[in-house]
Amino acid sequence: MPAPTTALAVKDMRKRFGALEVLKGISLTANDGDVISILGSSGSGKSTFLRCINLLETPDAGEVTVAGELIKMRRRADGTAEPAERRQVDRIRSELGMVFQNFNLWSHLTVLENLIEAPVHVQKRPRAECVDEAKALLAKVGIADKWSYYPAHLSGGQQQRAAIARALAMRPKVMLFDEPTSALDPELVGEVLRVMRALADEGRTMLVVTHEMGFARDVSTRVMFLHQGLVEAEGEPDALFSGATSERFRQFISKERG
Amino acid sequence: MDGAFVGTTFWRLMAALPLTLEVWFLSVVLGGLIAAGVVWMRVGGSKPLEILARAYVALFRGTPLLIQLFIVYYGLASLPAVRHSLFWPILREPFNCGVLALGLCTAGYQAEIFRGALLAVPHGAVEAARACGMSRLLLFRRIVFPIALRAGLPAYSTEMISMVKATALVSLITLWDVMSVALKIRNDTLVTYLPLILAGAIYFTVNYILGAAFLSLERRLSPHLRPRPS
Repeated sequence: MPAPTTALAVKDMRKRFGALEVLKGISLTANDGDVISILGSSGSGKSTFLRCINLLETPDAGEVTVAGELIKMRRRADGTAEPAERRQVDRIRSELGMVFQNFNLWSHLTVLENLIEAPVHVQKRPRAECVDEAKALLAKVGIADKWSYYPAHLSGGQQQRAAIARALAMRPKVMLFDEPTSALDPELVGEVLRVMRALADEGRTMLVVTHEMGFARDVSTRVMFLHQGLVEAEGEPDALFSGATSERFRQFISKERG
Repeated sequence: MDGAFVGTTFWRLMAALPLTLEVWFLSVVLGGLIAAGVVWMRVGGSKPLEILARAYVALFRGTPLLIQLFIVYYGLASLPAVRHSLFWPILREPFNCGVLALGLCTAGYQAEIFRGALLAVPHGAVEAARACGMSRLLLFRRIVFPIALRAGLPAYSTEMISMVKATALVSLITLWDVMSVALKIRNDTLVTYLPLILAGAIYFTVNYILGAAFLSLERRLSPHLRPRPS
């Protein structure tokens, strides 16, 4: 078997908001096809970690490498970090599909227009090709008939599935999910998780910040448990969920199960 | 008073309408450009520029337009520096003074409308666009501007209608707009109500059409606010 290629590598990422140190040095390597669930209680830094990967938040220190390309950073005069090349960041962002807790679809565009917006205007691909691909993606997430709807006319679950399709339309190398089911009514969670499970089954590389223990245990290839800005436990879901590795993680999952 | 008098009065007023519309159009366009600059200063992140922008808005919203108009028309002309400047050929003309004063004033209001519209753009929409790799310019053109436009349109149409009425003030600086023709007819004939009522009806009709046009634009741009298709 050939050695797996690294899709995404994060090295020693640090981030503080004022006096609060949210990330105290977190590293992660995702190979092609890895589905990594990132768990942790509120305030553990898991969302910030995800948002630092595509620089929606600027990490204070650490290295992010996407498909072998290191995001170049530099220091301002006051010591804070900033991307050295805005265009490199824009390009790498287009290779990372992000799915947000609150969907964040563009309200003034139809579902189809939401899907083709970035492929056409950022990636400059031919419109007709993007439309065909977008319709296929909508069929895949089960809302093919809603292509002409505006986001306001969809349920939360449909909006999140459209948002997943929008991220996929960029042909990303890695998908980042930031608590994708946390804003949904309980009866709508299942349809979104089914789509994510299907993506995992077809071998997509995914980082999923979530509270869905079932998804983390059954679907992910690896689980990372953050506690107060540090990796408290990490490993294959079976080993981790058996409870042998970390007392804190055992407490965490028993609390999450209520 | 007979039908013929009503007719001639109406057509004399109508003949002045193009000037009223010209003053209106040029001043709102000029005001829009100034407002774009003011709003850029206001939200650009530089503290001194922000203070300057706030001062501009406070000044032009806080004082009567009539005073601003008289200062531009009478005040500037009394300054030798202005009379000897490059701008004198422009500021010598009452028409230009009218457009300038109205434009400066509406810029204060339009800047606040633009700012409110920008604030109405959801943070999540901007974040999603950044996450897709949009450059700042593309992000503004494709996401921020279209959403802000839709959010700002109702307030903007009110300001446009307000400005049509505000043009009546230029009758006080020797321009022959609808208002000043109405006043002239009233002086000449000692018939008080008819010219004023007809002039009012003309302003009303213009604004009615303008309001309807903005409403239809708003509807056309906002299919996402219509009821869900069945």
